Amino acid sequence: MIFGLDLEPFLLSFKLAGITTFILFLIALPFSWWLSQTKSRYKPLLEAITSLPIVLPPSVIGFYVLFALSYNSPIGAFFEETFGISLVFNFTGLVIASCFYSFPFMVQPLQSGFESLNKNMIEASFVAGKTKLQTLYFVALPNIKPALLSALIITFAHTVGEFGVVLMVGGSISGETKVASVAIYEMVEIMDYEMAHIYSAIMLTLSFVTLLGVYTFNHKYKKRIGI
Amino acid sequence: MIKINISKTLQGSSGDMSLRVKLDIKEQDFLAISGKSGSGKTTLLRILAGLEDSNGEIEISGISWKDFPVQKRNIGFVFQDYALFENMSVEKNLLFVNDDKKLAKHLLELTQLTSLAKRLPNKLSGGQKQRVALCRAFMKRPKLLLLDEPLSALDPLMRAKLQDDILKLHKEFKTTTIMVSHDPSEIYKLSNRLVVLEDGKIIKDGCAKDILLQTQGSQKFSLKGEILDIVKADIIFIAVVAIGQQIVEIVLDEDESKSFKIGQSVHVSTKAFAPNITA
Repeated sequence: MIFGLDLEPFLLSFKLAGITTFILFLIALPFSWWLSQTKSRYKPLLEAITSLPIVLPPSVIGFYVLFALSYNSPIGAFFEETFGISLVFNFTGLVIASCFYSFPFMVQPLQSGFESLNKNMIEASFVAGKTKLQTLYFVALPNIKPALLSALIITFAHTVGEFGVVLMVGGSISGETKVASVAIYEMVEIMDYEMAHIYSAIMLTLSFVTLLGVYTFNHKYKKRIGI
Repeated sequence: MIKINISKTLQGSSGDMSLRVKLDIKEQDFLAISGKSGSGKTTLLRILAGLEDSNGEIEISGISWKDFPVQKRNIGFVFQDYALFENMSVEKNLLFVNDDKKLAKHLLELTQLTSLAKRLPNKLSGGQKQRVALCRAFMKRPKLLLLDEPLSALDPLMRAKLQDDILKLHKEFKTTTIMVSHDPSEIYKLSNRLVVLEDGKIIKDGCAKDILLQTQGSQKFSLKGEILDIVKADIIFIAVVAIGQQIVEIVLDEDESKSFKIGQSVHVSTKAFAPNITA
């Protein structure tokens, strides 16, 4: 509580976004590298599946995730019986749902970053005897810094901004699943417009500052390396 | 001995083409490959490097390289566009290949790059970049050095310097070198054997001098050029012909002027006198 403001929803939003971004980075990095290098005929299929969360209504994603993770599904039942953890209406469920929801926002910038690299530079690394993984870490990744930053920030910001999926999978449990976007929705519902204004203004400012930071960095970086 | 006997079907701009190359190359030879674009030169180099697969056999000093991935082949490859690791300094570009500081220092000294060792590639000129790429290719002390039109993006002065560097390194490291090139003077200066490819097949194979010398019969010299314009001057006609970087005027009679077209590729030769040569 600062100045009578309950900051817990914001902290929860940022905790969720931070964990989601970290997990997605680990998963999406090798995946987007593979997508950028492969000549497999299944590539369009995988790209289409990856991009689905961009076009699907969040309620649809939320519904499927809820359905897949609930106690009535094999996955949900397995986790409940084996580890004694429930995957819905708690923070763990939110993280899983967010990972689905924000996956394309991590994969796409990384993939297009990798695809824009000079292919000969990548091959020069193979000729030098380096494996694909070594090439990824020592050559490809350091040369796509703006795309990397975009991927991390956009994924983070997008997770902070999610609403439908969170509501479907998490409900609105204070301190557990009530993130900022859900809290604002509830304030409007009970007609507490003053608090809704304050919360919304905070979200707006944070989002703007974050994006401004990303674009400023990219602008400066491109100027420095002379693009 | 390096024995190459490969085949591959390529999708070219004018339909499918089959690349079939059988070549035996003596160790420490300097082989030049030339030919029109789309004749399969670059693909041949990429197959040798292991960057593309093919049918057939590649044998280096009695060891089959067929199943070796690119990483296991002891080669150096120099690309036309340098392909330096942009995030690493000149020195790091070399050490990334092989962490042999002594060798890196020696190579940089040999190519007069020592003062640029700490610079990033985007702060180098084209010629400097290609010298770095050349040094990098030697860091593994390659058995086989592959050069894909390495000097075509550089100005003539820089080319001459790089040609000397290539020759110096080729001799010192006792590599077998295969270079794709279009530049006759470069091929003549560097290689001891020239192979000409057309539509994926070898159409000429011999020493550079025999293949490149264009004169026939008693011609003293013969230069290939392109007619840029045919103009009438009183009763004669003058053809303006571009030969290499130069433009010359050739006198034609009326019949000749009708038999040539603007844009036509022609040979300009003479046999009646010995050409003067001045510096």
